[in-house]
This record gives sequence, C-alpha cells and structure tokens, in this order.
Amino acid sequence: MADQKNKAKQYQSFEDKRETKRPILLNCVKAFLVGGFICLIGQVITTFYIYYFDFTEQTAGNPTTATLIFITMILTGFGLYNRLGQFAGAGSAVPVTGFGNAVISAAMEHRTEGFILGVGTNMFKLAGPVIVYGVFAAFVIALIKTIFLQLGGL
Amino acid sequence: MVFFWAFVIGGLICVIGQIMFDVFKLSPAHTLTILVISGAILDGFGLYEPLIDFAGAGATVPITSFGNSLVHGALAEAEKHGLIGVVTGMFEVTSAGISAAIIFGVLGAILFKPKA
Repeated sequence: MADQKNKAKQYQSFEDKRETKRPILLNCVKAFLVGGFICLIGQVITTFYIYYFDFTEQTAGNPTTATLIFITMILTGFGLYNRLGQFAGAGSAVPVTGFGNAVISAAMEHRTEGFILGVGTNMFKLAGPVIVYGVFAAFVIALIKTIFLQLGGL
Repeated sequence: MVFFWAFVIGGLICVIGQIMFDVFKLSPAHTLTILVISGAILDGFGLYEPLIDFAGAGATVPITSFGNSLVHGALAEAEKHGLIGVVTGMFEVTSAGISAAIIFGVLGAILFKPKA
C-alpha cells in the first residue's frame, strides 16, 4: 500500500517534471511556420481561382476552403495529417484544414460501426462545438447589430 | 506582397492558438471554439473584413474566418429581409466549408481504411 503511494508520488513528480518542460517558444515557432505555410498554400489557391475562374478577392475564400479540405482528406486518409499535427500543434489545428481533419478522421475512425451509426453519428464529434457555438455567437451578434442598425444607430 | 502577409498573419493566428494550448492549457475544442467566436465578434465590429483585404488567405484560412463568414451571411440577409434574415442567411457564405467537410468526410470514410 505504502509502496503504491510512493509510486504514485514518484509518478506525480515525474509528470510535473515533464509538464514544466513544455517548450512553449519552440511550439509557437513550429505553429507559426506550419500555420503560415498552410495559409500561403491557401493564398496560392485563392490567386488561382481569382485568375482562372473569375472569383473576386471577397468570394475566392469559399472555393479555397473546399479545395483545402479536399487536400486534407487525402492527407488524412494516408495518416499524414495526424503526423503533421503532432509536430505543428495549433499550426495544423487552427487553419480550416484542421477543421476538415477533425471531421474526416472522425468519419474514418468510426466507419467500422457502420455508415449510419458510425460515420453519420460521429462525424461532428470533434468539430461540433465549433459549429454550434460559432452559429450561436454569430446569431447573437448579427441580431444585436441588425436591431441596432434598424433603430438608426451608426 | 499578399503572399508574405498571408504567411505572417496566418502564422500569428496559429501562434495565438498554440499559446491557448500551452499556456492556458485549453483543449483543442475549447481553443477552436474561442477562436471562432472571436472571429464572429471581430466581424460584428467590422474589423475582420479589413484584415482579409490586408492578409488574404492569412485571414480566410484560419478557423476565425468561419465566425466571420457566419456573421457576414447573417447580416447580408438581414439587410434585405429584416430580422428573419439573421436565421436564413447564417450559412450563406460558410456553405463551402461545411459542405466540403461533410462530402469529403463521407468520401474519406468510403475510400480509406483507418490506420491502427
């Protein structure tokens, strides 16, 4: 019993030692480089859509998002995106590709449970909160702003 | 020049996310949710659009732009149809991201076997 407690204590101190060693600066540099690189690719795709498919700078974000998520599907399928995630942290999670990865990897992971109960049910398990609270916050903000504008403010 | 700023601004938004991971010890889901809500709030004050003009994909690719697009669609419809437009226009601009995620999610599940 005492031995067990001792071990738990040892583990706790070991864990603490690991915890404090989190290289925040290095992680931030990695996130900056990978996140910046993904946005750079996004900019290349955006420019492509503006020049060849008559999108404007305001509307080209949409096909760019779709294209990036398509690329994410291939990378996730071959297990490459998760490996990138281990290296880049937020650098691969914050861009829209991270959102795509969350949806696609959840869908793939639960495929064995069937397409309805597995894929369909679990697809938004990870990405759900983003949509739910994004929509709710947008609703509140747009509502306030609309009422404000209709009352003749600004 | 827009390529340079896309890299820098996009990278910086990711650094903010990394700081929320590492310093505030938030889970990825909390971090992304906060970022989306921040994007929505920024657009409420009309601040996100100038960032897109400045940084291009550096502002449209990070998840913050999802919040921005939601508010944008809602406001555009609200201008035309009044308050009900807030509900009907919500997904007008964001359609691409969510549709693509669903379509390629199902396709991915059909095409690929999960890695053990």
